[in-house]
Amino acid sequence: MFTALMLLVAFWAIFFYLPVMKDPAGNVLDTSFNIFYFHLPIAIVAYLAFFVVFVSSILYLRENDSKWDMVSLSAAEVGVIFAFLVLATGSIWAKAIWGWYWVWEPRLTTSLVLFLVYVGYLMLRTALDDPLKRARLSAVFGIVAFVSVPLSFLSIRIWRSAHPLMFGGSLYGQDGGGLEGNSLLLVLLLNMLAFVLLFISLTSFKFQNEKLGRELEIVKGR
Amino acid sequence: MLKGLNIAFKDLKIETRAREIFISMVVFSLLILIIFSIAFSDLLSSASKTATVASGVLWICFIFAGTLGLNRTFATEVQNGCMDGLKMCPIPRNSIYLSKVIFVFLLMLLVEIITIPMFSVLFNYQFTGIIWVGIVILLGSFGFVVVGCLISALVVRARAGEMLLPVLLLPLSLPVIIPAVSATSGLLRGEDILSLISSIRLLVVYDFVFFAVSMLVFEYVVED
Repeated sequence: MFTALMLLVAFWAIFFYLPVMKDPAGNVLDTSFNIFYFHLPIAIVAYLAFFVVFVSSILYLRENDSKWDMVSLSAAEVGVIFAFLVLATGSIWAKAIWGWYWVWEPRLTTSLVLFLVYVGYLMLRTALDDPLKRARLSAVFGIVAFVSVPLSFLSIRIWRSAHPLMFGGSLYGQDGGGLEGNSLLLVLLLNMLAFVLLFISLTSFKFQNEKLGRELEIVKGR
Repeated sequence: MLKGLNIAFKDLKIETRAREIFISMVVFSLLILIIFSIAFSDLLSSASKTATVASGVLWICFIFAGTLGLNRTFATEVQNGCMDGLKMCPIPRNSIYLSKVIFVFLLMLLVEIITIPMFSVLFNYQFTGIIWVGIVILLGSFGFVVVGCLISALVVRARAGEMLLPVLLLPLSLPVIIPAVSATSGLLRGEDILSLISSIRLLVVYDFVFFAVSMLVFEYVVED
């Protein structure tokens, strides 16, 4: 029942996702800007995923319920994929606009850090055999790791950066920041919603999968 | 706090007798210095060029040596079941953590005190404004050790824990390392302290945040 509901949500996400691909709203600007409609929602979803890891890690330590451990794992796996996509879409855009795939500047650096930290999280999980210990230690790591998320988010406000600032005005005299026009904003919001839904469905699929896997282990044990 | 100091004192006592961690940290750090000194031998004639590479070279020495030390901190406790003994002591769990932070921090400081003059010799470089550089290095090392001790405790019983430590530690401690390196290189290139205050402020904030978070969660790391 739950899975069916989530399937529905996932389909819903796909239906929201598709018209945007064809959306001509980007005509106003250079077409390379269109990637932004993927880039920003993906970035937000990556942050969201890591926030979920953070919260469920705390809940695990408080309640000692393996449900929260499975939530952390699922969100972290999806989050790592999204964090990688942030870097990939960002690099494609950067090649078109800046002429390089990669520049060492704070936003990019910290996004890479974020990706590596959660790759580390998944590696830590594979290195621990005892399920209880794995759950506990990775929850601790999930909490500490989250400290690097606000850094990544705030980095462009702390340091001068080549990365455009989209919201909150142009603090350091960056041009081109700030979104204007209702249709652009609408497309962005639709994409945001679609990606968040995609995240929710992917995570819950993973969660179900994990849950069934553990049930199987228990059955096998008998 | 005082009890944490006691454990740290115990560690130092063992270390002064055996000297196994400290010696390898210092030798490792000096070897890295020598390799860099050979690699950059063309730059050594110009002080400004040396200043550009200085902070990178120094921090790589500190971090690698520090990682070496961190690998051993909890491993020595686990070896003969000492950790269980420590946990049975009537002390709060996080004073074990505190003691390890103090111990590794002191070791790192000693390594740094030896490395910096050696850098000066090998790279033919005259340090100016050493006080501010020292403060930045202190803050940076502290942040690194704070994160490092927690990760060290985390991975000590994991499979291939010694390999896992740098993989987990380096990305996680980058928020501390980045401002530390940039402030150090700014200072060595003779920039005004006021222009670096934001880096230093960030460093202080991250030291506090990581320390507070680690103190809160350490209890769960050693709970077995």
